[in-house]
This record gives sequence, C-alpha cells and structure tokens, in this order.
Amino acid sequence: MGQIIDLLSYSFIQRALICGIAISICAALVGVILILKNYSMIGHGLGEVGFAALTLAVALNVSPLLVSLPLVMIAAIIIMIISQKKGESGDITIALVSTGALAAGIIITSLTTGFNIDVANYMFGSILSMTKNDVIISVVLSVVVLCVYMFFYNRLFMITYDEKFAKTRGINVTFYQFLISFLTALIVVLGMRMMGTLLISSLIVFPAVIAKGLTNSFRQLIIISGIISVTCFILGIFLSFFLNLPTGASIAAVYILLLIITRVVNKICI
Amino acid sequence: MKVLEIKNLSVKYNEHYALQKVNLTIKQKEYICLVGKNGSGKSTLLSSIAGLIKKHSGTISFFADKGDVAYLAQNNMKEIDFPATAKEIILTGCQKHMIKPFYSKEDEKLLEEISEKLNITSLLNKKIGDLSGGERQRVLLARTLIGQPKILLLDEPCSGFDVQTIRTFYDILDELYEKTNITIIMATHDLDEIKNNKIRVVELDGTIVFDGSIEEFNKK
Repeated sequence: MGQIIDLLSYSFIQRALICGIAISICAALVGVILILKNYSMIGHGLGEVGFAALTLAVALNVSPLLVSLPLVMIAAIIIMIISQKKGESGDITIALVSTGALAAGIIITSLTTGFNIDVANYMFGSILSMTKNDVIISVVLSVVVLCVYMFFYNRLFMITYDEKFAKTRGINVTFYQFLISFLTALIVVLGMRMMGTLLISSLIVFPAVIAKGLTNSFRQLIIISGIISVTCFILGIFLSFFLNLPTGASIAAVYILLLIITRVVNKICI
Repeated sequence: MKVLEIKNLSVKYNEHYALQKVNLTIKQKEYICLVGKNGSGKSTLLSSIAGLIKKHSGTISFFADKGDVAYLAQNNMKEIDFPATAKEIILTGCQKHMIKPFYSKEDEKLLEEISEKLNITSLLNKKIGDLSGGERQRVLLARTLIGQPKILLLDEPCSGFDVQTIRTFYDILDELYEKTNITIIMATHDLDEIKNNKIRVVELDGTIVFDGSIEEFNKK
C-alpha cells in the first residue's frame, strides 16, 4: 500500500493517470458502438494509420499530434466512404487501409530516421513520458468526446441498433456514421501514446466485449464498459510500474485476464 | 385528404425493373394491403416510400412530414445478441428531426400506454434478443407507434409466425386503425387473416394489376 501511495506522489504517474482515465472512458463509450456495428477492427486499422502519421511527424520533426490527428481522421472517413459506397465489407476496407498505412510508415522510417526511440514509444506505448501539454490536450479532447457522445447518445443508439429505421424517420444516418468515425479517430490518436499503435484497438474493443456478456441493457453496457476500462487501466499501469513492463501491453494483459474470468464465471453461473 | 401520391414510379435493380410505372394515390385513414407473389415488387414499393432505396424514375410526394412515416420491416433474428432492452428499443421511435438527448415524461407516458395496448408491458425490461418472434414484432410495432406516425408502412410483419401470433398481430393493427386516423400500407401474404372489410387491396406484378376493395378482390 505504501508503495502505491509513493507511486501516486510522482508527477509523471499523476499525469499518466489523468490522461489514461479520460481516454479509457472515451474509448469504452465509442467501443460499444463499434463492436455492435461489427467495426471492431477499425481501431486496429486506424492505429496503423497513426503509426504512418507518426513516422512522418518524426521525419519532419513536427508534433506527432498535428500530423496524426488529421491523417487518422481522413483515413476513418475513407474507410467509412468505401464501405458504404462500394459495397465492400468493413473489414476488407480496414485491412486495405491499415496494411497500406503500415507499409507507408515502414518505408518512411527506413528512408529517414530508422526505428528510433520516438517511433518505438508510439508503437508500444509510453504513457509515463506524457508531458503537461499532453495532459491538457488529452483531457480537453476527452471532454469534447464525452459531451458529443452524451448529446447524441439516443441517436447513436438508434443508428447502432437499426439504421434502416432511423432513415425512415428522416434522420441523416450518414452524418452519424461520420460522427462515429470522427470520434473513433480522435480516440485512436489520443490513445496511441498510452497503448501504442499496435495495441490501441484493445482499449476500444475489450471493455465493450467484456461488458456485453454481463448485461442485457445498452445503457448499462456503456456504464459497465466505462468502469471496466478505467479499472483495467489503473491495474495495468500499476502492473507496468511494479513489473517494469510496457504500459500498453500490461493494460491489454489485464483486459484478457478479466475477459477470461468473466466468461468462466458466466459459464459456471448459467 | 391525400397523404401520399406516387406517379410513374420505376425502380431498377441492375438491369432488371422491380417496379415499372406505378401510380398510386393514398388518402388519410386508408388501410392498404399490397399483395402479389414473391418478387412482385411489394417490398420494393414499401422501401421506396420509406426512402430506403433509390427510385429510377417517377415521384413520391408526401402530404405529411417525413418524420410522420414509420416503417416496420420483416421479422428477422439479426439482433439476437444485441444488448438492449425492449424499452430502450421502443423509445428510439421518439427520435424525429429534433435531437432528443433525453426522453421526456410524456415519452415515458406514451410508452406506458402503447405497451398496455400491445400487451408488452411485462416485456419492457427483457433483452430484445430473448423475445419470441411475435413478441419482438409487437415491440418493434410499439417503436413505430411511439413516434405517433400518420403513415405506417409494414413489410410482411408476420412472415414466419404461427397462425395465433398472426391473428393477434392483425387484431392489434385493426384496433389501431379503428381508433386513430393512421394510414396503413402493408405488404402481406395473409389477406385471409385480416378481418377488416375496409381494406383496399393493391395487387402488384412489377406494376399495379389490381386496385380495389377487398370484396372486389375476393370476387376476382
């Protein structure tokens, strides 16, 4: 216990906790919609785009957020447009965009800086190196995501359950599809530093998947996902600190463990 | 009073015409049954009216607000694993043009009234995927009714149900028609099960081949 209190007195841990909790809540909320709409791989795909954007930012020596935010958003919109217009299934489009982005990132890195510490930090996550500015940006954008989500909650639920019905009620479904893409892109960019581009999708997918087995209600699913997300993040960050493991991988490991426990308990109880 | 007018409507899937030059005028409080064999264009006509598919040519004019149209699709099991209660699903029907971040007390009251009418009060807190086909269709009918639509579009709502469930569903629909000013347009294969004698039957076979009362249709 004393070790944990000591740990909480470090300013880098405080920054990590503030950012992580804010991002975890937002990722869980958006994740619920994505898994129910069978878009669970979009986080992974956009993570690869984030990697490509980051290699570009490192090569150009500019802020990674400035490059990754617009590029990931454009990729999210492209994925949505191709899936809608061309009749391609979502996972094919995601696979095409993500492998293309990964290839671009590797080529850019090979031609410029090589796999230096900046690139590695973004690939595997390094939340403990977050600056005060990172905290401000993460918290402000997380509040934006939360407000937008709450305001459009009923519409997002309606469209997640039945797009056709929403269309017949005169609702602009395309707008909400883009809104979901926009929120996902924002979460991916914010979460990249924490989880790493390779593991960002776990932050989006796991809380909703775990929670889905625990409730029959959409509202409860969102609340439980948020609680699971924050709890696993906090456990993961302590695990990472005490066992000297990468943060993203530690959080993902806690998610996997919790998923197994909940599934086993569910099987035993039913 | 006219609520809907369709002029020269044609709909094409690839090179094949699903509907050709359909003309139909529908008045308030009409109960229309679209009949015809599979592939005759019943669902295509309903989907066109609902705005779900693009028309090739022609016009569909509403004399009601687009938000006053509600659509109930064929029974399907796609949502079996969807974590939402019947109540949550029904309340989404309150969403029209205006965004409703929260549902009002009036919405909750309407939910209560409609649930009682459709005999689904005991189902409200159950998971939608745990309901039987008939129960789920009644829940989805409640979702369309809570928006207080003026035009109700139903696409073979009882497809795959047993006779008793079909009768219960059509009795509910009959009562709704008698007690309100709603206009019902329904694609169906179960004309024999519908007891209402005010029905207007529209038979399709790529275009309209019959349009008249149920009595005239039965004499045909």
